[in-house]
Amino acid sequence: MSAEPIIRVAGISKVYGSGAAEVRAVDDVSFEIPEGDFVSVMGPSGSGKSTAMNIIGCLDVPTAGRYEFWGVDVAGLDHEELALLRRHYIGFVFQGFNLLPRMTAAENVQLPLIYKNVPNSNRRSMALEALESVGLSHRADHDPSELSGGQKQRVAIARALVTEPTLLLADEPTGNLDTTTSSEILDLLQRLNRERTLTIVMVSHEPEFASRAERILYFVDGRITRDGTPREVLA
Amino acid sequence: MNIIDTLRMALSAIFRNKIRSTLTALGVIIGVASVILMVHLGQAATASVTQQISSIGSNLLIVVPGTRERGPSGAETPAPPFDPGTYEAVQSDLFGTRIAPMVNSQQVLVRGTSRHSTGVSGTTNDYMEVRNHPLERGRRFNSRELSSGASVCILGSLVVDELFPESDPIGSTIRVGPTACQIIGVLSQKGGSMGQDPNDTVLMPIRAVQRRLVGSYDVQQMHLSAVETTPAALKASLEALLRDERNLQPGQSNDFRIFDMQEILTTVQGTTRTLTILLGAIAAVSLLVGGIGIMNIMLVSVTERTREIGIRLAIGARARDVLWQFLTEAIVLSSLGGLIGVALGLAGTVGIARRFGLPLVFSPETILMGFGFSVVIGVAFGYLPARRAAHLNPIDALRHE
Repeated sequence: MSAEPIIRVAGISKVYGSGAAEVRAVDDVSFEIPEGDFVSVMGPSGSGKSTAMNIIGCLDVPTAGRYEFWGVDVAGLDHEELALLRRHYIGFVFQGFNLLPRMTAAENVQLPLIYKNVPNSNRRSMALEALESVGLSHRADHDPSELSGGQKQRVAIARALVTEPTLLLADEPTGNLDTTTSSEILDLLQRLNRERTLTIVMVSHEPEFASRAERILYFVDGRITRDGTPREVLA
Repeated sequence: MNIIDTLRMALSAIFRNKIRSTLTALGVIIGVASVILMVHLGQAATASVTQQISSIGSNLLIVVPGTRERGPSGAETPAPPFDPGTYEAVQSDLFGTRIAPMVNSQQVLVRGTSRHSTGVSGTTNDYMEVRNHPLERGRRFNSRELSSGASVCILGSLVVDELFPESDPIGSTIRVGPTACQIIGVLSQKGGSMGQDPNDTVLMPIRAVQRRLVGSYDVQQMHLSAVETTPAALKASLEALLRDERNLQPGQSNDFRIFDMQEILTTVQGTTRTLTILLGAIAAVSLLVGGIGIMNIMLVSVTERTREIGIRLAIGARARDVLWQFLTEAIVLSSLGGLIGVALGLAGTVGIARRFGLPLVFSPETILMGFGFSVVIGVAFGYLPARRAAHLNPIDALRHE
């Protein structure tokens, strides 16, 4: 594990609107996440956790403060460079799965490889490997519509993993799943975190699932009010 | 993302929604097909007219009496035909030029119980050269027949078909109006020409028609063919000669008209060419409308696929990858429409040309232009939707329902 944290956030704010209509979605937030951590982000809706996730995921840039991704100052990057950062280092898993319809599971998983310019001949085997690692290689040629919710989320995780990112961002990955399936997905995330030293940042509403992480960041009104182990934060 | 992946993505998006893609491309299909059809038919019409005029003889001049101004009112009356002296003067002055004098008379031909009404032309053997209409069988007029105005005739092929459906007419006698006439020859069949059918004719020595059918020694028309000179030069010398013969003063307008087939050909070709351009332009407008249809559907498609665009941006697509994806989709859709349009246009051209007996003229430039235009339409009308897609904010796009 390198000494350099993968995420270093120093006093970032995200402000929408101005004057009386000014909304501080994220207000002077600072934290660091070392490589290989599994961090949960909690907080009521509107607390700024999604905005913070977007900034961490390089989908958005802060209006103030400094965000370093692996020592690179993200504020200085343009849209194209942000896209390249996402392409090579960050995988996304969403609450709504966000698989493309009318494309098989394997095709969905291959999509990031197309943008990464992986030769066509290697893509399918890489996709199958990623599906294998989430235990879904037997459903590779099925349409998302033929898969259960848990299976869809596994395909989404495979799609995030196929480019071998350093950071996996999961925005309420179990929000649309029942308890048993959610637990399986969390088992999978924990295993990936352990086996691949994959850094995972996960937004979750459920204390039960959030506490699977080693650390919880608790957002209220755009600020981090609590930061520590699940035991400390949820006490 | 390389070009093959981009193309593959575009094709799969197009084939995923076959009915919509077909309807979207329909505008371009119809546009390209009509451009191809219109331009090809225009060119076929030009070729057809050219062929018809050339078959009459493109170095042919036809001289007919014109009109004369009478009195201060400026009323115009038909000018008299050419008197025998004028014909002789033209003949001796333009020595070496073939001149066929013409006296026409509408007559009923009778053979037994068969009757056929046609135009009888009194002329000389020069007619067959000047009008490029040679004999098929039999013989030409001999000099004795020409000078005496013997009652002999040469039939056009249509007249033969009408009166002699199964026997050889040569040597037979038919009635031509008031006079009996011995058939000495048959003209070869000639391709269709403007106006009257050149095969529906009877030739007799000019003297015979003048004396027996018309009762006047005037010459109604003269047909000349410019052989050693250009039609324009021949026309000029003929004009001077006729003005002198008909005693026209300087300032007085010609009381005769000279039709120069070369000139007519050029004019007609110019006209059909203009018409072709006009029709092509109208068709091009429909192609433009097709392009707008593509833009419309692409804009709808971008809105519909906002979430997809968000996903693609999140997993590493750059704005320009998305731009290319949608632009390629528009171009592929439009060019596929163009290809189908070219095929339909060519099929329509062949069908219509067959149906109306027009010559088949294929113009590779038109085909390339029609197809190239469809590609350009794809670029021009695909750009705006593609740009809109590329400039979507990934966060908003992901949230889009």
